[in-house]
Amino acid sequence: MTTPICPECDAEVSIPQDAMENELISCPDCGSELEIISLNPVELELAPETEEDWGE
Amino acid sequence: MQLAILVTHIRAEEKLLINAFRDRGIEPDVILDRDFNLDITAGSEQLSPSGLRWSEYDLVLERCVSTSRGMYALAILNSWGIPTINTYETAAVCSDKLRTSIALAQAGVPQPATRVAFDSEQAIDAIERLGYPAVLKPVTGSWGRLLARVTDRYGAEAIIEHRQTLGDYNHHVYYAQEYIDKPGRDIRAFVLGDVTIGAIYRESRHWITNTARGGQAYNCPITPALDDLCVRAARAVGGGILAIDVLEDEDGQLLVNEVNHTMEFRNSSEPTGVNIPAEIVDFVLDSVSVPA
Repeated sequence: MTTPICPECDAEVSIPQDAMENELISCPDCGSELEIISLNPVELELAPETEEDWGE
Repeated sequence: MQLAILVTHIRAEEKLLINAFRDRGIEPDVILDRDFNLDITAGSEQLSPSGLRWSEYDLVLERCVSTSRGMYALAILNSWGIPTINTYETAAVCSDKLRTSIALAQAGVPQPATRVAFDSEQAIDAIERLGYPAVLKPVTGSWGRLLARVTDRYGAEAIIEHRQTLGDYNHHVYYAQEYIDKPGRDIRAFVLGDVTIGAIYRESRHWITNTARGGQAYNCPITPALDDLCVRAARAVGGGILAIDVLEDEDGQLLVNEVNHTMEFRNSSEPTGVNIPAEIVDFVLDSVSVPA
């Protein structure tokens, strides 16, 4: 299986074994927040920027 | 039983909740708030993104990080009679600090002195009636963003001019509170229905103690006074699954600062020793099996 690549910095990103689709993870190299768009095959995208109404 | 979790994406909290549901043998449908559009007049028989009709859900647990998406989805689902946690009414009150203050005042729940103005000069007057330092907050917002501790008239004038010039109309509502000189910490209590299940202190050298801003969490004992205050605050905003932010003033009096309706809890199970996601899931399941 191809190791997924950070779309921001091209670093290899390891995916947790219990990963879920649409889960947010961080790139270990550049720290970018990434969203797992699909698991099979693994596809990563930059997570959306925080919007003004985001929160609790 | 058909359950759905409505999310913007899966954060640590949603993953914990999904796994807690699985521990109970339930696989909730995860519905993304970006994945549907709804015909308001067509009712609950239209299909959700999961392929089920919305009407087939016994309950939808709203966990959107986007406050507006979550709130309006709840408004629609509740208008169709679909049970949700929390309800639209609770979300609408909690997502608006001014409406929260009104609800707390109506219920006689102690809170910091609060004044509201809609004009720059009146905003200055509101702040000066409260006295310096005062706190200016946007009526909507989270994670401690855009909070201002105003220490003098010059600062007040600058912040208000910036908000008037650069902000949209939401920022032209001036919600000002007395500054509570808290002991380097505040309290976050987790309330499910009528039960305070746990609480943390959030400690920080900064006056903004949100864990999103670096506040450190450790266990806060649930005293009868804290429990009573938090349950009253939860009822005041309509009840459900809520996080109550509480300030201790110099005299030790407890004041409710905010109520959060899609609370984060990833860092709170360990210090409290309470399995918060499991408690939430049990509360949700009880809500389904015991119709209101």
